[in-house]
Amino acid sequence: MYRAMARFNGSQHNEEIYIDAKNSIEWNGTHYNQKAFNWTSPIDGTVYGTLFNFHGDRMDARWEQPPYTKPPEHVVMFIKPQNTLNGHMQPISLPKDVDTVEVGAGLGVVIGQTMSCVSDAVALDYVSGYTIVNDVTVPHDSFYRPDIKNKVRDGFCPVGPWVMDRSAIENPNQLDMYVYVNEEQVYTNNMSNLDRPIEKLLADITEFMTLYPGDVIIVGRPLQAPLAKADNHVVIDIPGVGRLENTIIETATISTGGGRK
Amino acid sequence: MKHARVACYGAVHDAIEQKGQLKLADGRLVNYDDVVWLPPIHVRTMFVLGLNYADHASEISFNAPEEPLVFLKGPNAVVGHNAYTRRPKDATHMHYECELAVVIGRTARNVSRSDAYEYIAGYTIANDYTIRDYLENYYRPNLRVKNRDTLTPIGPWFVDAADISDPMNLTLRTYVNGELTQDGSTKDMVFDIPYLIEYLSSFMTLSPGDVILTGTPKGTVHVYEGDEVVTEIEGIGALKSTIVGDDAFARI
Repeated sequence: MYRAMARFNGSQHNEEIYIDAKNSIEWNGTHYNQKAFNWTSPIDGTVYGTLFNFHGDRMDARWEQPPYTKPPEHVVMFIKPQNTLNGHMQPISLPKDVDTVEVGAGLGVVIGQTMSCVSDAVALDYVSGYTIVNDVTVPHDSFYRPDIKNKVRDGFCPVGPWVMDRSAIENPNQLDMYVYVNEEQVYTNNMSNLDRPIEKLLADITEFMTLYPGDVIIVGRPLQAPLAKADNHVVIDIPGVGRLENTIIETATISTGGGRK
Repeated sequence: MKHARVACYGAVHDAIEQKGQLKLADGRLVNYDDVVWLPPIHVRTMFVLGLNYADHASEISFNAPEEPLVFLKGPNAVVGHNAYTRRPKDATHMHYECELAVVIGRTARNVSRSDAYEYIAGYTIANDYTIRDYLENYYRPNLRVKNRDTLTPIGPWFVDAADISDPMNLTLRTYVNGELTQDGSTKDMVFDIPYLIEYLSSFMTLSPGDVILTGTPKGTVHVYEGDEVVTEIEGIGALKSTIVGDDAFARI
């Protein structure tokens, strides 16, 4: 049994749960099926994505375009703001103008202690645990600008199901990652294929920005992500961490509300 | 009313401006120089407009965009009034950007331009410092340019929306070491505040505490270690920061 932190059933804070190898759950001494819970994101901090970090995640000639005429040498990052956070087994609602999304699967590295200018030799000591993130993204071509419209739709960042305690993960740079759409395996990779291993990524990021407890770094989000449409069931499986499951639905099937219109 | 968050007497306090002093929530009056000024609001999501004044866009050799160019910042970048901002030793192109910051007050989704002002809680000043040396060819401006620690002073005050009769006609000025270097008006924005709220709320939900930094006009000049930079917006206040070097942050 491995210890994890999770949030469910309307709680405002994380609960300590225990997970066995089959992802079944013990909470307060009782065993539960995952469906017994109404899951929400276990994350309180800021979610930062990183891109182009798998070997071969290189763009075509567009990299060489003016004004900078060469590929980025430093970590390419983006932010998934709070309106995007979503939970395990919750629907991902497609906006009216979107019919296909990328399943931006990634390992979520959850920060446990404030990190500023931390070397790669000790960076993993600052991690509290690992989770799974789906950087749901509208496919887009406008790579040179932070085209946030394609990344920040409401609910476009499921995180979970839980944060697996780091003690359960012997080597995060060896984790496998699988993506399934409607039970079909559509993507697989392993964190050993990262250009910057996790500790190096954390060192490079904290050289210029502080990470706080609860912040999440998405690692291994592929450039060529699999696609999904309405009614698809999407699973991101990182054995040892968990399986994050969501179903994509049409907007019309949930209420929107708010605002005056 | 002008609101602040300050640290003094061993605690963090909400305060308001009263006759040139700060009145803490517990009633005590304190002088401006006797407190540490914190960011006046708890920032949730921070949006920043790039190239939202045509004259600034041409100043840095870009055309004004056809659709708002928006990027996000994390909480690490934010500091308050009178804070230090770090200029790395290898930076050659670091400039300030005086910006009107719009603070959302109500949950906003699919808000039309004509209703947009009803969703604004108030305003503050932001200085969106930029280190252009670090620009790279993807998702520009990248986080290493804009989201560095200490690169976004905000404050000193959060001013209630009701106190600003026309936010689209405010003078913005920046002084470096007392010398006027930037002088513009919010009326020259490419995409005005109601447009930006309509635009953002058309594809996402805005929440109280979300902040929109609306871009900077022409007149951004380089800043160097030791410079005292004051970004000022009519009716809102004057936000000061001081540029320090790597040694102040124990970086060698």
